Amino acid sequence: MNDWSRIAPQLVDATGETLYMVGVATALTVLLGVPLGVLLTITAPGALAPHPLVNRLLGLVVNLGRSLPFIILLVLVAPVTRGIVGTTIGSTATIVPLTIGAVPFLARLVETSLREVAHGKVEATLAMGARRRDVVRTVLLPEALPSLVAGVTVTVVALISYSAMAGAIGGGGLGDFAIRYGYQQFRTDITLATVVLLLVVVQLLQWAGDRWARRLATS
Amino acid sequence: MIELSDVRKVFPARRTAGEVVALDGVSLSVARGEFAGVVGPSGSGKSTLARLVNLLERPTSGTVTVDGRVLTDLDAAGVREARRSIGMIFQHFNLLDSRTAAGNVEHPLELAGVGRTERRRRVAELLDLVGLADRHASRPAQLSGGQKQRVAIARALAARPSVLLCDEATSALDPASTTGVLELLRQVRAELGLTVLLITHEMSVVRAVCDSAVLMSDGRVVDGGPLTEVLARPDSALAAQLVPAPAGPETGDGALVQLTVTDATPHGAVLQTLTAELGLSVEVVGGSVETVAGRRFGRLLLRVEGDDGRLDPALARLRAGGALVERTAAGDPRPQPDADDAPPRPDREPDVQRLADAPDVQR
Repeated sequence: MNDWSRIAPQLVDATGETLYMVGVATALTVLLGVPLGVLLTITAPGALAPHPLVNRLLGLVVNLGRSLPFIILLVLVAPVTRGIVGTTIGSTATIVPLTIGAVPFLARLVETSLREVAHGKVEATLAMGARRRDVVRTVLLPEALPSLVAGVTVTVVALISYSAMAGAIGGGGLGDFAIRYGYQQFRTDITLATVVLLLVVVQLLQWAGDRWARRLATS
Repeated sequence: MIELSDVRKVFPARRTAGEVVALDGVSLSVARGEFAGVVGPSGSGKSTLARLVNLLERPTSGTVTVDGRVLTDLDAAGVREARRSIGMIFQHFNLLDSRTAAGNVEHPLELAGVGRTERRRRVAELLDLVGLADRHASRPAQLSGGQKQRVAIARALAARPSVLLCDEATSALDPASTTGVLELLRQVRAELGLTVLLITHEMSVVRAVCDSAVLMSDGRVVDGGPLTEVLARPDSALAAQLVPAPAGPETGDGALVQLTVTDATPHGAVLQTLTAELGLSVEVVGGSVETVAGRRFGRLLLRVEGDDGRLDPALARLRAGGALVERTAAGDPRPQPDADDAPPRPDREPDVQRLADAPDVQR
């Protein structure tokens, strides 16, 4: 048990890697997932810019992404990852499958949030002579913001769980650490320590997300 | 100012419902500065009518003209431009919860590209106009229904429209707030020279603020005109709802005569003629008085006994003299006034009874 002084710095490194992967993947997911969610919402029948064909196509892509088990997706997108990052090993490379896995997930959550904005608010704004993009910018997104923040929080937590899985095939981070030291060297204490660490990170993120969403909703 | 010409609106059939003809050839004309009402029961098409004026709903056929512009001929950009001069308020206010009262009023100004200092100035002016200057930082959730509608009115007026559409604007408010909002509407109409089209199912609202009104039923305009003119027409369906006919007596002898009393029609002469001149026995058996468009209108139901055949010629003579008087029959009630306001009367046995009668329950 006295090798903890050797393992501890590596645990810190692994946590850093996880945060890096999840952080960048979250940023990219929000950047891609929110517009996709907006498109899904406004192209629906009876919505702001109904477009059945685009709507069905996007829905299909999102469902495909959501129904693939992440571990399969990880392998499937390996060529894409190599194309973008140059390698499929390491934290940076893992960001690609993480993002691809999380975008459809967030897009659905965004769609649900935006759909809950009362249609009357959209109509009132159209009656002012607003363009459709103004309605998205000044009504749909701001009105759904508390719910969107909650959606992003859920996505971040899912990304942490995905990133641990990605660790299993050489992604680095806490998942990788738990497999290599905890599982392969039969060190249950290391596995446990990793789990506790993940739990703390998830708890902190969820708490921060909830707080932010609540503040937006009541301010 | 607002001109609808032979407008039809058909909602195409859906999987769950057949084709719905919401408006079936409606023509309507509202003059500049007029406060016009549209009344009718639920499903009569009156809300669709309001939404056609700013093209939130496009008519299936027919034309919509506002302030000389044929909206139905405009492209999307033209319609957006035209909508800036048509304010609208709604039953459920439709304020943005993410903005303060001031932020909501500022919204249309932002969309119109008005500069920040000018926006601030205008918002303060508008909140002052609706009497909510002290609530500028409040969120909609912190305001009462009446205050929310005042904010919505300020928002609707922000872009200096010439027309204001009110779609059931007081239907979600309590009586005191309704009175306040109606007073405000009348005040801004007078101060800003607005043309107002007000959709409602409450006759009391029409009586309180409108100069003219149309009655809709099944997607058609069935009656309408300036209220003073409508009320002087004894056979008007709209008048019957605006100033309800008094309920007649269940039984009794003699002829029933209905007398409509207005500021302009001679009614003293009627009683004078019937009693003094003809020597008939006249008894007032019912009556109702309402203030409409700032004037008093009443209906009296008289029972006249001892008619020896001189009553009808006398009534004809009085009518020729301008009196609004006619014979009416007992047990011939006119449409119930404000029928839409009253809770529906249960006209069948409760469901429990029906269940017990069902064959499989008796088994």
